Amino acid sequence: MTRPSPTEATGEAAPRRRGAAEHVLRWTLARVVGGLVVLWAVATLVFFAVRLVPGDPAEAILGGPGSQASAEALALVRQEYGLDQPLLVQYLAQLGRLATGDLGTSYSLRTDVAGLLLDQLPGTIALALASLVVAWAIALGTAWWATLGGRVAAGVSSALEVVAAAVPHFWLASVLVLVFSTQLGLLPPVSTGTPVGLVLPVVTLAIPVAGFLGQVTRDSLLDAASAPFTVSARARGESPSGLFRRHLLRHAALPGLALSGWAFGSLLSGAVVVESVFARPGLGRTLLGAVTLRDIPLVTGVALASALAYVVVVALGDLAERAVDPRERAS
Amino acid sequence: MTVLPTLPRPDERRGASPGRRSRRLPGPLGRLRAAETVAALVLLGVVVAALAPGLLAPGDPLAVAPADAFTAPSPAHPLGTDESGRGIWTRIVHGTGASLSIGALATLLGTGLGVLLGVAAGFGDGRWPGRAADAGVSRLLEVLFALPGLLLALVVIAFTGPGAVPATLAVGLATAPGYARIVRSQVRRVRRSAMVEAAVVLGRRPGTVLWRHVLPNALAPVVVLATLGLGQAVVWASSLSYLGLGSPPPAPEWGAMLSAGRTYVQVAWWTTVFPGLAVVLTAAASTVLGRGLARRGDAS
Repeated sequence: MTRPSPTEATGEAAPRRRGAAEHVLRWTLARVVGGLVVLWAVATLVFFAVRLVPGDPAEAILGGPGSQASAEALALVRQEYGLDQPLLVQYLAQLGRLATGDLGTSYSLRTDVAGLLLDQLPGTIALALASLVVAWAIALGTAWWATLGGRVAAGVSSALEVVAAAVPHFWLASVLVLVFSTQLGLLPPVSTGTPVGLVLPVVTLAIPVAGFLGQVTRDSLLDAASAPFTVSARARGESPSGLFRRHLLRHAALPGLALSGWAFGSLLSGAVVVESVFARPGLGRTLLGAVTLRDIPLVTGVALASALAYVVVVALGDLAERAVDPRERAS
Repeated sequence: MTVLPTLPRPDERRGASPGRRSRRLPGPLGRLRAAETVAALVLLGVVVAALAPGLLAPGDPLAVAPADAFTAPSPAHPLGTDESGRGIWTRIVHGTGASLSIGALATLLGTGLGVLLGVAAGFGDGRWPGRAADAGVSRLLEVLFALPGLLLALVVIAFTGPGAVPATLAVGLATAPGYARIVRSQVRRVRRSAMVEAAVVLGRRPGTVLWRHVLPNALAPVVVLATLGLGQAVVWASSLSYLGLGSPPPAPEWGAMLSAGRTYVQVAWWTTVFPGLAVVLTAAASTVLGRGLARRGDAS
């Protein structure tokens, strides 16, 4: 949620002069083990949360309290899903199934959860990646304009960033549809497979992220703009745009990269809203359907998939930070 | 949807990088910037609407008038009417209380849990019980961060079922990890200060040290973060309502109005645009005010 401190963001700093290969190995190992622990904990939390909530799981499988399931049907379901076993046995069996990649069967769709998620994943990844690229372009563009454009530009961009970061996705989506589909008729209000249909969802997802990235980017830019290296670059006769590209850009990008885990969260929770507004198939819409129907295996599956994706994204953000910041590599 | 509680950078807190000096208003508001004054006024209006909606909109938010359905904004209905002829302005004003209290209660729950977890993790002195608590809480936070944003809230609602109370709980739980991380680092910082060391040497009991020395110093940033987080909580709660997981539609609550207006957005844009604008204004105002508070807190 918040900007991690430098040490938290990079993990434990390895001592200097250790072999590069060993360093990479340690880094990878720490990430993999950490990721597995997170996945195990998510699975455990969800498993016990189901048992803590009042209500019979067998009834939920048959369609909730409204389904008026008979006692025989309930007993059959309990036996089929192993709900008559002791809790510990159920828990270990569940972990065993998850370890082999078996996420169970969806209550509502009666299909294999893992297969379902694999079907939905590409659409959401495409949406999120495109939005991330657009958000970075907007954030860096605004930061560039704010640094070079003087006081008015700085004030206007700052106000825009605050509003952009505060806009709820669902509202932005509705307004964009009203303007560009209903009024102007330029873009389709429903996103099916076509590239044109991707425009409005991507812009909707990108603007709030851009607003936030813009804020942290500019804070870091202002620090860098008054640093000694900037003064000396200016004294060497560096032009304003050269200064931005060669000296300030790296500093502008760093805090945003450290926030990649947060950006991922914003994109994913935004995807839930955007995919349902634009009737676009994907992970977010699957999750919303699963939550509405209280389809626990499907919810568990999406939670595990998202936790896995989160771990990967944070690791990638860390790598990107090292690529941009030579100081990280030296340590 | 993405208001994030972060403290401003040091140079912004000073607010005095050359050439960017802000204009100050005269009088008692002299320490506020113009933008912060506007934000404070917006929030004041929101609070008035929540406490005494009749002052701003005398009409009944639930009175149905089918003949007036989908009237465009006009003098009689400044923001138009919805599918049952109810005035949007009246419903927004009367819905403020519900929306704001969901946001405020969720923020209270989030900060409360955050303080509990943060103090449990940060107060130990590196020996057995404190260290174990720190390790346990830190791992738990890591796990909760892996279900970021609305995701944790959605998972919670999958277990509890939809409604206004579950939505409040869900948003509160979903915001707690962020607060906990900040409280932990604050408590650790204060815990190592000379002041606390002196209190320990003087033989103060841990409870007294915590209550008298650590908490007052560690909680100041939490107030600022809660102001910033209030906007986020309102946005998330209205998003849940919009998705049909929060307050059910007949209630005059912003998210519920948006959810009902969603069906009619092509016919009557005002049913969606104005309730959403109320959410955006509240969220933006609390962000601006929160950042202002952070700057002032640091200066004094």
